[in-house]
Amino acid sequence: MTIDSYRYLPRSMKLMYEGTPPAEEPAAWTPLPKPLRRCNVALMTSAGIFLKDSQEGFDEAREWENPEWGDPTYRVIPSDVRQEQIGCSHLHISHDDLLEDVDVVLPIRAFRTLEAEGVIGSLAPEHYSFMGYQDRRLEDWKNVQGPELAARLKERAVDVLLLAPA
Amino acid sequence: MLARVIESLGIPTVTVTMMPELALKMHASRIVGVEFPFGHSFGTPHNDELMLKVARTACEALEDAGSPGYHLDVDAEWPVPLEVAYKSWHPPRPSPIVARMLKQRGQ
Repeated sequence: MTIDSYRYLPRSMKLMYEGTPPAEEPAAWTPLPKPLRRCNVALMTSAGIFLKDSQEGFDEAREWENPEWGDPTYRVIPSDVRQEQIGCSHLHISHDDLLEDVDVVLPIRAFRTLEAEGVIGSLAPEHYSFMGYQDRRLEDWKNVQGPELAARLKERAVDVLLLAPA
Repeated sequence: MLARVIESLGIPTVTVTMMPELALKMHASRIVGVEFPFGHSFGTPHNDELMLKVARTACEALEDAGSPGYHLDVDAEWPVPLEVAYKSWHPPRPSPIVARMLKQRGQ
């Protein structure tokens, strides 16, 4: 099937995204360092989830003060997270389904299955969450959070990152 | 596009997205498209079969891609009628930027 990228958007937003010019920066490419069946895979969602009992949510108050700003920080979500630990602070999507089953945005069960089947080498012990409404130029992510996260992934021998924009 | 930032720092990425056309424009390296409502990149709650189908496609993209902009779509219909799904992904109150736009339009 051919995907309609704008099926669930209001018409005004569809027109805005259709008119978005291609990024000026060139594409980046890093090949897999080894076959996927030997790779350590981590997951990342932009659904704004966090651990209710031990982490702060994302900064909604500042976004209300400045609607063009989005909290650029991220949270670490362990692979053994339990559903009841999950909170969500994201002002642009409904939280209902992810608070019922977080795997709709962070598919830990599916990747556990793929790990057991040997499709991937291993599922990393930690995953990552950020809030997907960000400054369009991504200055913070280019200069602060991106390098910080990349260094963290390399320290933990993560070979591949799956990103799931919410 | 965060994928490009992370990929440029030496970590291979695959992006599972409801908006593959935008991901291509943003030069994501490996793209998997899903025609799902926002906030549901992998499916509906407890639908492990659908989640696994999307995850397998992401793995296929990782194994097969040889250059940036590699793109696969998941062949799966959203199991909820469009008019219901369209409404239910939205937050209970307009986001700050939408609220401001509505205010400017006098709505």
